[in-house]
Amino acid sequence: MPKIIVEVMPKADLLDPAGKAVANALQRKGNAEITNVRIGKRIELHYEVAPTEEQIEAAKQIAADFLSNGVIEDVVAVTVEN
Amino acid sequence: MKIGVVTFPGTLDDRDAQRAVRIAGGEVVKLWHADADLHSVDAVILPGGFSFGDYLRCGAIAAQAPVMESIIDAANGGLPVLGICNGFQVLVESHLLPGGLIRNEHQHFICRDQKLIVENIDTAWTNGFKLGQEITIPLKNGEGGYIADDETLRRLEGDGLIAFRYSEVNPNGSVNNIAGLRNERGNVVGLMPHPEHAVEPGFGPDTPLAMRSGVDGLTFFTSVLNQVVNS
Repeated sequence: MPKIIVEVMPKADLLDPAGKAVANALQRKGNAEITNVRIGKRIELHYEVAPTEEQIEAAKQIAADFLSNGVIEDVVAVTVEN
Repeated sequence: MKIGVVTFPGTLDDRDAQRAVRIAGGEVVKLWHADADLHSVDAVILPGGFSFGDYLRCGAIAAQAPVMESIIDAANGGLPVLGICNGFQVLVESHLLPGGLIRNEHQHFICRDQKLIVENIDTAWTNGFKLGQEITIPLKNGEGGYIADDETLRRLEGDGLIAFRYSEVNPNGSVNNIAGLRNERGNVVGLMPHPEHAVEPGFGPDTPLAMRSGVDGLTFFTSVLNQVVNS
């Protein structure tokens, strides 16, 4: 099934409480080499047929306007997987 | 005077907002997220809760609801709109107010009676306060930390668009102690604390005079009724 995968991360300079909680747990488990954890989102948009260039552009717009909030997050990747 | 109160799936405080409108002397019109018709209301309240389960981001899916298309148009035309808590998040996600709201700095849900300073009274929802007045209304949120980029913050501070600031305690790490904002025109106000929970003696925050006697939230609703009557 063709899909467009949108990856969204909290902005680098913002506190990521979920990532911090996981990092703390990993530290407790003795993984001293892991210095930080950040948690973002992977969102899959599914298509019947491989999306056209126009549809890919539309998906990028959706990623910027709706799937992420530019004040607090960055879209780090939009990948087409046919 | 007809005040619309919107219900999204997951809204919690719509009934309290309706009650606040009635206590202030207004007529309530229930608005439904899937109905784009605003039924000729004179103002709109977006109440608190967890619309659409806070999926994606708080307020993000609600901002795409049919009723919001109409509210965004009407707000840009001057209709008074108040967003409380999740309603504030919806206003931010709708770009009616700038910035964003993130998880509280201390990572805990917080519920307390919160002191605020009224920073701006030239709005539909705050004209009954005195400038600099200290009020106490309940605050209850997990994602109430207000942030904005430096340029936006300079504009908010420079243009007097901060409606409320937290007093004594910053409960969630909001920049510049920002608790609530107004838009340039003054018809749109959003804040994290809950005025609708402080409108009736016996059910509000404690005051030095008596337990649960605080009704500071009522002024939000009487303010908009006065503005609508006078306009």
